[in-house]
Amino acid sequence: MSFSVTEPAKGTKWIAGFLVISYACITLVPLLWIIATGFKSPADSIAYPPVVLFEPSVEGYVNLFTERTRATPEMLEAAGPADTWYDEIVRERGTIISGPSRYGERFLNSVIIGFGSTLLCMILGTMAAYAFSRFKVPLKDDLLFFILSTRMMPPIAVAIPIFLMFRNLGLNDTHLGMILLYTAVNLSLSVWLLKGFIDEIPIEYEEAALIDGYTRFQAFYKVVLPQAATGIASTAIFCLIFAWNEYAFAVLLTSGTAQTAPPFIPTIIGVSGKDWPAVAAGATIFLVPVMVFTILLRKHLLRGITFGAVRK
Amino acid sequence: MPLSPMDTAAAKTPVGMAKRIRGLSDRTIAWIFVAPTIFLLLAVNIFPLIWTIRLSFTNFRVNRPNKDVDWVGLSNYKRILSDPDVWNTMQATAHFLIWTIALQVLIGFALAFLINKKFRGNDMWTTIIVFPMMLSPAVVGNFWTFLYQPQIGLFNYVVAFFTGADPASFSMIGDVHLAPWAIVIADTWMWTPFVMLICLAGLRSIPDSIYEAAECDRASKWRQFWTLTIPMALPFLMLAVLFRGIENFKMFDLVVQLTGGGPGNTTTLTSIDLKREAFEKWRTGYSSAYAVILFVTVFGLASIYVKALNKVKER
Repeated sequence: MSFSVTEPAKGTKWIAGFLVISYACITLVPLLWIIATGFKSPADSIAYPPVVLFEPSVEGYVNLFTERTRATPEMLEAAGPADTWYDEIVRERGTIISGPSRYGERFLNSVIIGFGSTLLCMILGTMAAYAFSRFKVPLKDDLLFFILSTRMMPPIAVAIPIFLMFRNLGLNDTHLGMILLYTAVNLSLSVWLLKGFIDEIPIEYEEAALIDGYTRFQAFYKVVLPQAATGIASTAIFCLIFAWNEYAFAVLLTSGTAQTAPPFIPTIIGVSGKDWPAVAAGATIFLVPVMVFTILLRKHLLRGITFGAVRK
Repeated sequence: MPLSPMDTAAAKTPVGMAKRIRGLSDRTIAWIFVAPTIFLLLAVNIFPLIWTIRLSFTNFRVNRPNKDVDWVGLSNYKRILSDPDVWNTMQATAHFLIWTIALQVLIGFALAFLINKKFRGNDMWTTIIVFPMMLSPAVVGNFWTFLYQPQIGLFNYVVAFFTGADPASFSMIGDVHLAPWAIVIADTWMWTPFVMLICLAGLRSIPDSIYEAAECDRASKWRQFWTLTIPMALPFLMLAVLFRGIENFKMFDLVVQLTGGGPGNTTTLTSIDLKREAFEKWRTGYSSAYAVILFVTVFGLASIYVKALNKVKER
């Protein structure tokens, strides 16, 4: 084994590992608590002292997807025996299901708007990034800085005219409006990141393709796009996560048909007061996909969060 | 020569059009590729910004569309800058900014330093630490109010467990003295990994040979840390501060869900105050001027900072 002065000693590694793992465990507690609360019964969720070991219950999930009303014993009697397992859980609490909740719709809105804006953003972003990377665009640096600077504006600051503009165009509270808005918000990220990824592809490949008789367009989608696939995929996941998590525009510009999950989840309440297991269940379903994406993205995280300013 | 799929596809294109596409110059293609992006950004960013600036000189109110709109000159700006409430908001924002950045840089750098010791499994733990940062601040912020509940909240329970205080005796988000710290704690939990990742990149960019040379010169570890590690990681640290500074100056989602700006106005950050003026009191002209002031502040501070950052990089 070769000896290196820069390789930390074994003891140092142990201490460093211990400290980092301790921090990781502490930082995970709130997240694990969300997931755990989703599987608690309402009584367990507000017990003192907080319970760590509990009998799992899916009541939170049932409450998340249903609207319920309080029922008198006579009403319960009249309704007959419960048809389904979830009906039974609800009736044990002296309530009956009055219909599905809005959570499903709101989640679907998040999916539609998230994927719609990501797709549009990737199409526009890849094209612009390719042009910035390969061609002499007049005022290139100014345009790139302009694209970046749009990210510095507080969303609330441009929300007023966007609100007015959307109202005049009939885009308020529509999927299309939100898709366009999130596309614009994410374009700065996608152009900057993709330009970095395309810059890394040797220009010789394209030159060879051009000599072989490919047109610019063919060279773009037969040579550059496949080479940039990893970069495009990770940029797309970043755009998706940002659109997925966005709250300020969503709460100001949507109220009904196009409302996404982030403004909706905090408003979930039960029959009597705040229903924390249902909120936690809604949060879990909403957050876990992002955690999975984070694991997929781990190699490119740094690049994504710094707009490509820092590359490993 | 066998036909490639591309040629078969190309053969189907009408000759006229194919000629036209093939004939496009690079310059034209560049414009076709860039134009949609620029157009969309102009429509959704620059046009609204200009509109905001215009509105800031009027007394327009969205909820009274039939009222005459008067040109009021600079009076909106004068009212904002002389309003003690606005200055309180700025103070709350400054408190939030300074403490979150200080804590995040300290903890984030320490973590990066430890992870850079390359213990086994450091990659996996780095990914786990990053989780909070990727999640929806509004959803997570909403759940933090549950953790902060007096008596039943996990946070209060843990603090009570270690200090012996009664968990029902304090309310992190209901107390005027504690609320500003409640948002600092939640934000630090969420965004420390961001600083950590950037610092880690900084530390990993320092070549081993420099340390080897220092070792030959018998420089102590302590000295190596202050004269090599810190100066070489400094541009990265400053970049992290820049990103966090801009983001936290705009902070809205996490805090609005956590405290809603309360109790009183103790955690009313500028974005929350602006949202109230614009979308609850509907003082459109006034809040437009407010927005312009905020934008100029961020932009101004960021430009000065970037100049400083570039100087550090040049050294």
